[in-house]
Formats: sequence, C-alpha cells, structure tokens
Amino acid sequence: MATATATRGGLVPASPGRTAPRGRRIIAAILVVLVVFVVWEGVKFLGGTPWRAPGSVPGPNNVILWNPPFRWAFANDLNLPHIWNILLVFLEPWQRGADRNVAQFLFDAALYTWREAALGFALGAGIGLVLATVFVHSRLLERALVPYVVASQTVPIIALAPMITYAFGGNVASVVVIATYLTFFPVTIAMIRGLRSFDPRALELMRSYAASRQDTYWKLRLPASLPYFFTALKIAATASIVGAIIGEGPGGIANGLGRVIITYNQYYITGPEKLWAAIIASGILGVAFYLIVRAAEVLVVRGRPGAAEG
Amino acid sequence: MTTPTTPAATPTSPSAAQPIVSIAAVDKQFSRGDRGGRAITKALEGIDLDVAQGEFVSLIGPSGCGKSTLLRIVGDLTSPTRGTVRVNGKPANQARRDRDYGMVFQAPVLFDWRTVEDNVKLPLEILGYDDARRTARAREMLELVELGEFLRHHPYQLSGGMQQRVAIARALAFEPAILLMDEPFGALDEMTRERMNGEVLRIWQKTGTTVLFVTHSIPEAVFLSSRVVVMSARPGRITKVIDVDLPRPRTDETRETRRYFELVTDVREALRAGGAALDDSETVGGAAASVDRTMAEGAVG
Repeated sequence: MATATATRGGLVPASPGRTAPRGRRIIAAILVVLVVFVVWEGVKFLGGTPWRAPGSVPGPNNVILWNPPFRWAFANDLNLPHIWNILLVFLEPWQRGADRNVAQFLFDAALYTWREAALGFALGAGIGLVLATVFVHSRLLERALVPYVVASQTVPIIALAPMITYAFGGNVASVVVIATYLTFFPVTIAMIRGLRSFDPRALELMRSYAASRQDTYWKLRLPASLPYFFTALKIAATASIVGAIIGEGPGGIANGLGRVIITYNQYYITGPEKLWAAIIASGILGVAFYLIVRAAEVLVVRGRPGAAEG
Repeated sequence: MTTPTTPAATPTSPSAAQPIVSIAAVDKQFSRGDRGGRAITKALEGIDLDVAQGEFVSLIGPSGCGKSTLLRIVGDLTSPTRGTVRVNGKPANQARRDRDYGMVFQAPVLFDWRTVEDNVKLPLEILGYDDARRTARAREMLELVELGEFLRHHPYQLSGGMQQRVAIARALAFEPAILLMDEPFGALDEMTRERMNGEVLRIWQKTGTTVLFVTHSIPEAVFLSSRVVVMSARPGRITKVIDVDLPRPRTDETRETRRYFELVTDVREALRAGGAALDDSETVGGAAASVDRTMAEGAVG
C-alpha cells in the first residue's frame, strides 16, 4: 500500500511537464555537441596524423603541434578531418578561384534541393492522403493494392532513379518524382491507421445525426488522424530530402546538394573537409525541414492533450 | 401494453394520445460462428413498450439483459431481428434520418480537437444551421447545463461530470424529439451522479423532451423516472413496469421520503423476481453475459 502511494506520488510531478524545460533542452543539445567533439578529437589525439596549425595546407614545412602516440588509419586526416578544419573550410572558396565560399555555395545548393524536396513532399503527402482515404473506405481496394504500395518501397531507389530520369528527362521533374516516391509511402501507411483511429462510439454519434460520409470524414476521421499525419510528415520530410539528393545525381541537376556531394566526393583526397561540410549541410537541411513540419504540427494540434510530445 | 400516463409526472404529456416511441414484439438475436456451429444468443425477446410524449422512462436490469441493445434498436444503431419500432409514427430508421434522436453514451465522446462550444455545434453543422444560429444555440445550451463560462475550454480540461453535461448540451442542441441516454452517469462517482440526476431532471422539465434512460442504478431510476421498466436477462425480457408517482419537482428531499424507499424496494424486488437470470448473471454467467454484450456491441459497430 505504502509503495503504491509512493509510486503514484512519484509520478504526479513528472506528468504535467512532458517535455523538459527549454533551458535544459538547450543545455542537453550543447552537451551532445561537446561529447561528439571530445570523442572525435580525442581519437585523433591518440591515433591521428600529426597535428598541424588549423587551416594550414599539409607540407614539409608545417610546424607539428602534437604527435599522436599511435597511427590509426580510421583516425587520420583523410578519414576523420579535424573539426576545426571542417569548420574553416566553410569560409574557403567553394572551388579554386571561385568568388563565393563553401558556406554560401552550400546554402544555395541546400535551398535548391529543399525546393525540389518540398515539392515532392507536398505531392507525396497529397497522394498518400488520397490513397489512405480510398483504402479506409474500401476494404477490397485496400487488400488489393496495399501490398503493391509496400512492394514499391522495397525496390532500391538507386535502381529506380535512373529509370525515372529516363522517363521524365534529366530535369527537376524527375528529382521531384523521386522525392514524391519516397514521401507518399509513410503518409499512406500512417493514414490508413490514422483515419481509423477515431473513437468507435464517435462513429455511432455521427450515425445518430445521420451524418453523410463526407461529414464523417471531415469532422471526425480527418481531425482524429492528424497526430498520425504529422508523425508521417516528419518521416516524409527527411525522406524527401534523401530522395532529392539521390535523384540529383542521375538527373544531372547541377545546382543541388546531390551534385555537390558527388563533386566533393571526387576531390576527397585533396580536400576531405569539403565533403564533410556538404554532409553537415545535408544534415542541417534535414533537421530544418523536420522543424518546419514540427512547427506546423504544434500550430495545428495545439489544444489537444499530449500535443506537446515528440 | 397501454401507456399509463403518470399524473403529476409529465408537464406536457396528457394530450399525447399517440405514443412517441412504440416498440412492438421486438426480438433481437446475435449469432456468431463458433467452432463447430452457430451459437445464437437471444438478447431480447418479445419486447413491447410504448413511451408517451414528455415521459421519462428508465430501463433497468442486470448485465446482459439487453437494455442497452433495446436503446440502440430504438436509436436505429442496430436493427431488431423481429418486430417493429416506430418513433413519431415513423420507422426508427426514418426517425434517425429525420434527426429525431439525441444520444448520450456512458462516455461523453467529445472531440478533443474542438472546444466545448464547437463540440455542441457539431450536430448543428451537420444539420446545416447557419453560423449565427449555431453560435446562439450552442451558447443557449451551454447556459442550460451551466457551462456558459467554459465555451473556450477543451474537453480534457473539464471534469467527467462537466464533460457529460457538454454531451447532454450537444444532444439537446438540435431539439431532438427524444433523448436516448445509455448509462450516462455510470462512470461518475456517487456524489456527482446525484448532482447530475438533479441536473437532468431540471433540463428535462425545462425542455419537455422525452427521455429513454438506461441505468444500472435503482435509486437513479426511481429518482428520475415517470416509469421504470424492469428487465431480466437471457433472454432479455420486460418483467415489470413500475409507475413512479413521486411528486415533482423532485429534490434531494425526495430521496428521503417514504414513498421513494418503497419504490426503490419495489424495483429491487422486481429485479430479484427476474430471479434466476439475475443470480446467474452475478455468478458464473456474469462474465459470459458481459462477454456476449461486448461481442454484440462489437458486431454492431
């Protein structure tokens, strides 16, 4: 009895604030960055290439600041560049003799890729919503078609991208199609669930009003499904960016992150920091898109219990 | 079965020659495919009941006696196997299409994403009321259930009793011909339940609506009703109809009168006379009966 009370007492203060206060979240985020930094540079301290001054070009005249006791291949400057060198490369010209630096270049490329991804994301979300709506109204179509929806995602996008490029031509359209292809799936699957997630008694309530299917859909099914919808959209947001980046390669799009990654890959031996910078830019883009969807979610589902989660 | 119009009970009733609800020879069977054959559960058998305009009629009985099923048949949420139900002189299905029913379930079934006011507006939107009329009507109803200050709240911010009052306001908002209530206060504590009973009576008297009310609680049934319909289980049958001649308005003092206790005893004895079924449902068969009911409800939904 006493333990039960104690347990309940312990739960009560924890439940009202489901998310940690803002200050603690910021501190936690900073801590994570610090830990990554310490581990990364710690490994290089023990087993990396001899440390030179930040930003200096490797050469015979470099001053050696620190000579690590071991030589581990995975920790050398080619496989694991110094974090400060990755940060410094953002300020270098994006290619020899160029006016703009890597940061500006990556920013423009990310914005370009984001536009393609966002278009694919919107189309994919729309298609997913329509498919799920059809499926929850027709068991027959659901049984007949959902296996194909699932099968569509087991085909590697790497194999499909060249075909799609061939079909739609080497332009932005093919990139958008690939982003759409990766986006519609999570939305479809989540919304088949979401559009059925209402309280079954609410359906009886609607029946007692002799509500039409449309009324039931717009006033019950769809609003009840929104938490599912936004969970799917958050997955779709990152998937659409991956789709766009992958699609840019065979699509021959010169302005996006995909092309940048391919280019910097080719010059990895001479400047590994640039590829790392591009990877960081892709990561930031993904997080940014995720946060946009999250902000929309907070606006739309506010006022519901548990809306602060996730 | 005739309709004994209870004298002091109903404010508007005596003129109603034609019953508003007329249930005739209703049977309801649930069949489910079991291993090696079909099991048929007789949920209701030979139900006859008339409810007059403005009456407050309670259905009471043990678990599995089909009282909820009967209510759902009246509300056309499920259909009888045999027999007819007419509401306002129409088949139940037509009555539902004409929006003659206000339903209140055991759970409030409010929509989380709507404010209290917008929850009450829900049926009005479906019925195509214009915006101004919706707002006016919703506010009027919320005043009636004394929740006028909670328009902008969301359901989860209210207590269970308050949520159920919102559900009642919603059910009454479009002035349905009959209010069907399925154990609406079953989930509330005793104190809240008694207060809600008072509320319901006040609202019923103010609106003059007809109420069909399913309950487990003998005191609740006696306190509220013009008539208490006692049912027994398996098959679900009406075993007795008890007129409640307590004067109105009924207040907390009513609960302490002699006549009230006599009527509570009458209902209890009638339930006990339903006998075997009641005992049965409370021992071994109890679980089975409630399983039956759950399955029956599941089959319908």
